[in-house]
Amino acid sequence: MSKPDIDHVSGTETTGHEWDGIRELNTPLPRWWVGLFYLCIIWAIGYWIVMPAWPGITGYTHGILNRSQRDVVTAEVDALKAARHARETELAHASLQQIQSNPDLLQFAMAAGRTTFADNCAACHGAGGQGGHGYPNLNDDVWLWGGTLADIEHTITVGVRSTDPNTRQSQMPAFGRDGILKPEQIDDLTEYVVHISGRAANAPAVARAAKLFADNCAACHGPAGKGNQEMGAPNLTDNDWLYGPTRADIRDQIWNGRGGVMPTWAGRLSPEEIKALAVYVHSMGGGE
Amino acid sequence: MGTHTVITMRNAMPAAAEVERSDAQASNSAANREFYKSRVPIHPKLVHGTYRRIKWIVMAVTLAIYYVVPWIRWDRGPHAPDQAVLVDLAHERFYFFFVEIWPQEVYYITGLLILAAVALFLVTSLFGRLWCGYACPQTVWTDLFIYVENLIEGDRNARIRLAAGPWTASKITKRVSKHATWLVIAVLTGGAWVFYFTDAPALAHDLIAGSAPLVAYGTIAVLTFTTYTLGGMMREQVCTYMCPWPRIQGAMMDKESLQVTYRIDRGEPRAHYRKGETWDGRGDCIDCRQCVAVCPMGIDIRDGAQLECINCGLCIDACDDVMPRIGRPLRLIAYDTDANVLRRQRHEKERFRFVRPRTIGYAAVLGIVCLIMLGGLVTRSSIGLDVIRDRNPNFVQLADGSVRNAYTLKLMNRADKPRDFYLTLDGVDDRRVNIIGLGFVTLPVKLSVEADKVRAVRVLVTVPRTGLHAGSQDIEFTLRDAKTGEDRKADAVFISGAN
Repeated sequence: MSKPDIDHVSGTETTGHEWDGIRELNTPLPRWWVGLFYLCIIWAIGYWIVMPAWPGITGYTHGILNRSQRDVVTAEVDALKAARHARETELAHASLQQIQSNPDLLQFAMAAGRTTFADNCAACHGAGGQGGHGYPNLNDDVWLWGGTLADIEHTITVGVRSTDPNTRQSQMPAFGRDGILKPEQIDDLTEYVVHISGRAANAPAVARAAKLFADNCAACHGPAGKGNQEMGAPNLTDNDWLYGPTRADIRDQIWNGRGGVMPTWAGRLSPEEIKALAVYVHSMGGGE
Repeated sequence: MGTHTVITMRNAMPAAAEVERSDAQASNSAANREFYKSRVPIHPKLVHGTYRRIKWIVMAVTLAIYYVVPWIRWDRGPHAPDQAVLVDLAHERFYFFFVEIWPQEVYYITGLLILAAVALFLVTSLFGRLWCGYACPQTVWTDLFIYVENLIEGDRNARIRLAAGPWTASKITKRVSKHATWLVIAVLTGGAWVFYFTDAPALAHDLIAGSAPLVAYGTIAVLTFTTYTLGGMMREQVCTYMCPWPRIQGAMMDKESLQVTYRIDRGEPRAHYRKGETWDGRGDCIDCRQCVAVCPMGIDIRDGAQLECINCGLCIDACDDVMPRIGRPLRLIAYDTDANVLRRQRHEKERFRFVRPRTIGYAAVLGIVCLIMLGGLVTRSSIGLDVIRDRNPNFVQLADGSVRNAYTLKLMNRADKPRDFYLTLDGVDDRRVNIIGLGFVTLPVKLSVEADKVRAVRVLVTVPRTGLHAGSQDIEFTLRDAKTGEDRKADAVFISGAN
């Protein structure tokens, strides 16, 4: 071996390589770094043997442990289900009233219902069930289809204007759009609805619309406009307006006869989840 | 020159054998400190004396506390564990003898940490880094590890020879048994830690049977590793490079703080001493370097106060062992203050000023925090009441124009038996109250809560249009024990939406 070539400026040994008069200093990596690097290689080889690692044409090498994150998640979910099993069985067998009167079960149902609500209902009804324009507020005491525990459970199960054969179903005609009533008649009816909700209205128009209301609206909304939960017809005499309280809102609704849609949740949620959800929704405002 | 010194000393001073000399070099001195320097192993010599004895005692007491506390039993009745000190993470409770702390009361832990910090401030400003030198786990365990090393490999000189010597069978035996003993200590350290988190006897059984939870074995493994490396391998480097406390403590000390001090006014000029020589015109330091040989931090205390010094006082013991042999007074090295050194150099009387603005300040803060903590513990209620108002929606207008607010109440029963409470509501008179599960109720309403449990109750409060006044009304829920009358109040607001 020849004597190592020392760079006279830095005093460092060179590798002996030279390019156009430029020589490379030999400054090796720290030994601990190199050690770690080799350790990583050894670790990687062990990893290939033990864990799933190499992709193939139709599959992959499974490794000795045959570990899969999907299996891990499934096992965790199963463990969670097993832990919840006792309470869920209890929930499945208890009536809605029994759930409400047992503090422990109520707490469990509320917790389960809250999650289910956030995942499935909050998109339309809002995170706190506060509703919005065209979406009922679940916190108040106005219930289109009834606000008892049983009513709520049934509505969730079959939905409103949904694909379920037993769905809650009602349809307000589009009196203006379909030409059932003349525009001026609809103006009069608007005044009438404003009048029965306890606000000041154009008296001659109200008088003209009385017969119109009896002929066209009373069948569902009732002769006094108090609504009918059997048909999902809202009470027109209270302070609660699904599509807005102004004359323009009311006229718009008579003209177009809008009705919202809620899907059926039977089949998507288990009966226990629907039960817990009903208890949770009922707890928002105490139902009816 | 070295030979010359030894010969003259032997000739001139028959007592030379009594004063052991050392050629120990301070591995951590400013003179030979440079960047990227590898660590020079420190082989502290075993010393005997007052401070060494205190260190043994502190070590015994702190280790005893650490190992024994989880095994102390404390009867809390059938609903709670009977371990005196227990951090029950699974059930979210912390038990400390007669105190049971819920997660909601984590401020007690905060208070305890503040107390510990301020106490450290006070002690440091009075006596320097006493915590570092005596009570810090790093010091206690390192001391224990060095003691084991000393037992197996011999004292300083033997250890230096062993380290430099070839790998003989004897060296291998010594090294293996040393590391094995260290590992046993490390395992026991981690093993004791886990007992604070679950029932100790049951866990001890499970650990030995191999059926303890994986997290217990994992914790023991991690603590075994840290104890072994920090106590056996890294030692003084932890204090010098890793620990932030020494740097912070520097800000608490001043020239009146006691710290291990080489009394430079008395020791210098230092020189070797031959028996019969006069002490006139020279200092008491005979440069025997015993103080350097015993230092676990590898410093020479005669260089003055240094950031490595943990104030353990072992160099005081070493020097006090030498002084009587040469007929000089004790405490050439002593717990003393920088100010006293200056005063003596100016021929003033030395004095210790423990009462200073700084120490008064720390003591006052300590006292106040103590009082607050004590007050908090004494007036601590066995009832808890939290009110969480619904904010989405903030309020609900009902069909008849009345307004409803919803509240979730957390009723906490911190007693070890089930209790009945009466719930009342003040602030709004004309209201209807609906409790989910109970329906409309008349207040006060009776609610029962199981022992050591929280019960969540959803309460709906409805106020008719006529009863609405301000946009926001202050209200107050009260939870009163049906038997004892002890109560707990919680403020809330009722929002009407009215302007």
